[in-house]
Amino acid sequence: MLDIKRIPIPALIGLVLTALFVLAAIFAPWIAPYGNGEIVGDVWGPMSAAHWLGTDNLGRDLLSRMIYGARITLFIAVLATALSFSLGAILGFSAAVFGGWFDTLMSRLVDLLMSIPTLIMGLVVLSVLPSNLVTLILVMGILDSTRVYRLSRAVAVDINVMDFVEAAKLRGEGSVWIIFREILPNALSPLVSELGLRFIYAVLFLSTLSFLGLGVQPPDADWGGMVKENKDGIVFGIAAALIPAAAIAALAISVNLVADWVLNRTTSLKGGRG
Amino acid sequence: MADIKAKSDILLDIRNLRIEATVYPPGEPPKNITLVHDVSLTLEKGKVLGLIGESGAGKSTIGLSAMGYGRGGVRITGGEVILNGRDILKGGKEGFRKLRGREVCYVAQSAAAAFNPAHRLMDQVVEATLLHGTATRAAAEKRAVALFKKLSLPNPESIGERFPHQVSGGQLQRVMTAMALCSEPDLIVFDEPTTALDVTTQIDVLAAIKDAIRDTHVAALYITHDLAVVAQVSDEIMVLRHGRLVEWGGTRQIIKEPRQEYTNALVSVHEIEHQEQKPGTTPFLSVKNITAAYGRSHIKVLKNVSVDIFPGQTLAVVGESGSGKSTLARAITGLLPPEEGTVTFDGRPLANRLADRPKEDLRQLQMIYQMADVAMNPRQTVGTIIGRPLEFYFGMRGRQRDARVAELLDKIEMGKGFIDRYPAELSGGQKQRVCIARSLAAKPKLIICDEVTSALDPLVANGILKLLLELQKEENVAYLFITHDLATVKSIADSIAVMYRGEVVRYGAKSQVLTPPFDAYTDLLLSSVPEMEIGWLEKAIKGRRMASAGN
Repeated sequence: MLDIKRIPIPALIGLVLTALFVLAAIFAPWIAPYGNGEIVGDVWGPMSAAHWLGTDNLGRDLLSRMIYGARITLFIAVLATALSFSLGAILGFSAAVFGGWFDTLMSRLVDLLMSIPTLIMGLVVLSVLPSNLVTLILVMGILDSTRVYRLSRAVAVDINVMDFVEAAKLRGEGSVWIIFREILPNALSPLVSELGLRFIYAVLFLSTLSFLGLGVQPPDADWGGMVKENKDGIVFGIAAALIPAAAIAALAISVNLVADWVLNRTTSLKGGRG
Repeated sequence: MADIKAKSDILLDIRNLRIEATVYPPGEPPKNITLVHDVSLTLEKGKVLGLIGESGAGKSTIGLSAMGYGRGGVRITGGEVILNGRDILKGGKEGFRKLRGREVCYVAQSAAAAFNPAHRLMDQVVEATLLHGTATRAAAEKRAVALFKKLSLPNPESIGERFPHQVSGGQLQRVMTAMALCSEPDLIVFDEPTTALDVTTQIDVLAAIKDAIRDTHVAALYITHDLAVVAQVSDEIMVLRHGRLVEWGGTRQIIKEPRQEYTNALVSVHEIEHQEQKPGTTPFLSVKNITAAYGRSHIKVLKNVSVDIFPGQTLAVVGESGSGKSTLARAITGLLPPEEGTVTFDGRPLANRLADRPKEDLRQLQMIYQMADVAMNPRQTVGTIIGRPLEFYFGMRGRQRDARVAELLDKIEMGKGFIDRYPAELSGGQKQRVCIARSLAAKPKLIICDEVTSALDPLVANGILKLLLELQKEENVAYLFITHDLATVKSIADSIAVMYRGEVVRYGAKSQVLTPPFDAYTDLLLSSVPEMEIGWLEKAIKGRRMASAGN
């Protein structure tokens, strides 16, 4: 049903790049030429045959660090996004379908959370809680879910008053069918486009936290953390900090190219058959 | 026939008009399709030409070409449009700008959507005149007030001060006609100006438009799918189908002696023979003294309504918009719990609220909606849409379910090939048929049909009505048929309830309700249904005993 020739070129580029990042993340220990924390050369060594991307501020191989970094970055970002979407979308749809006190309670709670700037909220919570992967993912996922909640509630309120939802209610369908079979497929387009953006925000948020020292703890590092480690080199004309930065940008663009393409396919009301 | 006429009399001369559009089927190279195939027409000064046909016949597209406009990426690729002796297609953008709103004006189908809600009516009515600089503001406003008077709008001096939402639909349509007439154009294009209105309102608007055309000597293209309406206002009628000319002739000839088979089908479309069934002894559903209101409002939408429905029979509920017909359906289904009164089903009272009704009661009452497009989930295939009630009520799965879906598709005269289609891949009539199949799948005792044919072309609507009657015979299902179209009622009903402002004003067997003497409202309703008779409009207006509530 999916014909490779029919995938538009931008989507193809996005798919290939994303696939590369994901493969690198999954098979990191086998692909990486050196270990993650292994000191193998001079501080900020130049690019060479032995070290394709040079070495970092402690003399570790940058390429290997990048590959292990992809693993941590993607793992946290994917889980945090998944959490924020399932939580936000389900609560948002439920609020739209049930209405009444449930809607009021949820919406005001979300307003309360959103009134505090995300970064400050994240900083406060993370500096109090023990810093490990689980808390990091939970904090990122819950903070982000407020945005998803607002979007999905707004979309679902519009769909909930359509005749086909009324027809389902008249048939006697329960809320689970109405939320997942009637509303969700019709709300997918805005949610998918938001998903592409939110995933990238998650990567950036993680990078910000790591840059501030509250994210992934050394010797492990995500890409944002690697920018921080190598930022002093920029003053001396060393590009080591720019490489993880470029990787973040490439991931952002390729994920959104894929999201756009998925969006195009899901907006078709004719099952993508044309 | 056009050749004999003196050239000076001809206002509009369209020659071999060809209109194309590019469609972009996903995954295939874009391709050109031709919407209008070499249509020619001429229109004399002060005459009215009716363009009629089903949707997709190209009537609006041809009408708009008289002002050089192609809607939604449609291109005029061939032919000439000669207005006042010059080909307007050669005039370029500047030419169009001088032409539109001055020589040719347009009256849209939905005036409510065509007015800017943020500006007062008067500002919008005189806008074109002022932009073209043909009159000063004071002169234009004076002319507008005179037109309001001529179109018999209430308070002609002050109605211009109002905003669009402050006047009724019928009045807004007349204000729009005044807007078109204000810049004293030579030609007006009326695009289904009364289609969205109730019959009782339509007759007023129609009469006003006809008088205004006569008094201002403007020529008009009148686009509609209702032959009875076009017969009242036009001198000539042109029948179109699939972008091709079918027949063109004088109004009398077209409706009395149609020469083409297709025209004949259009003329005779409303007739369905239906033998009225005598009401049985015990109704299976009776509505007793129901009073209902939306929210905690003091305005009662339903006042003390009582009707009975007998097994296998059709009760038609008739009335204009706002009369409470659809609210009655909502009260019966439990979507709007009534404040007082009860609904009895099979001898026991039904729970007022939808949530309190057992699944079995829900199965017995099914509903079909006016807008089939929005009544089906656009993300589900026909198979899921029809199959879901089977799964839900009867627990059918897999092959058994598919077999039953195929059987139902067969019943609605659609093949098995439709099972994997999405609603967007169906035509309007097919969509409504799928909705019928969905409600039949539940094997209900009663189907509530809420204006099910109002959004369809007459020929397609006719097919749906015949199907409903046939299914009634086969399945012994009863219908509660809500409509404002009396022709439909005559074809399908066994008994009729006429509603007016939330009350049932007349109720009984069909023959009884449709036999004189009538009460004032039923008389108004009956006399407002356009008949395919020249001069019907004048007769109907003269014979009326009360004004409609819609105005």
